[in-house]
Amino acid sequence: MATKKFMYLNRRSSFGTVYAIESLEVVLIAAAFEQDVSLAFMDDGVYQIVEGQETDGIGMKNFSKTFHALGDYDINKLYVSKESLEERGLSESDLMPLVYEDEDDDWEEKPSVKVVTNDELKAIMSEQDVCLSF
Amino acid sequence: MKFAIQVNEGPYQHQASDSAFQFAKAAIENGHEIMRVFFYHDGVNNASRFTLPPQDDRHVVNNWASLDIKNADGEPELVVCVAAALRRGMLDESEATKNSIEGNNLHPAFRISGLGQLIEAGIQSDRLVVFGD
Repeated sequence: MATKKFMYLNRRSSFGTVYAIESLEVVLIAAAFEQDVSLAFMDDGVYQIVEGQETDGIGMKNFSKTFHALGDYDINKLYVSKESLEERGLSESDLMPLVYEDEDDDWEEKPSVKVVTNDELKAIMSEQDVCLSF
Repeated sequence: MKFAIQVNEGPYQHQASDSAFQFAKAAIENGHEIMRVFFYHDGVNNASRFTLPPQDDRHVVNNWASLDIKNADGEPELVVCVAAALRRGMLDESEATKNSIEGNNLHPAFRISGLGQLIEAGIQSDRLVVFGD
């Protein structure tokens, strides 16, 4: 099967609407198709990978831990908008330390998250074959 | 050109489904192929055969059905995501029986399938066009 570059663009926060969790469900299914997958987080989407999410008080499923599994599915390109973080008073240190093991480098653990400017994100988006926006 | 379409919002509350329908209709009229329409999130509600809008309004569900989008095997290519559908009470006969529920509401022009059908559509089409809020 042909390989295409798929980007999953997340623009909404974890809870409040269903988009975040149902986007993650697509990403997990997509992992089985051996495509070139990346995720982008911008606008309120940056909240999806903030460390320390706690849902006991709102009766929602805390799916944020699932992001830690992405590395095991060879999904290790998570781009985060620098401007979106800054607009919300967040920085990279507020995000979950998501990692993957690099099979080309003796399985060394490397960070999956990369903070990029919107201009850089624009360039990465323009390289994609398919961009699914959630 | 071979298009695939993703619809992420339900009927009437958002215009996304109407816009997607207009796009699909125009594409077909201009000689393009719609290989699949995939309904996700609240978009699954576009497949309810119980939909009854007032007579002077458009019928979003019947509009989709009128496009008669099928594959070579004659199966509908208006595809509703199973996980999204079940959690929103959208069932075909098979899912209703499987879950011991009486009745079902999926319009026969649609079929229920998995998210893999969305990824496959992205791979096999020339363009995947997403309609959402």
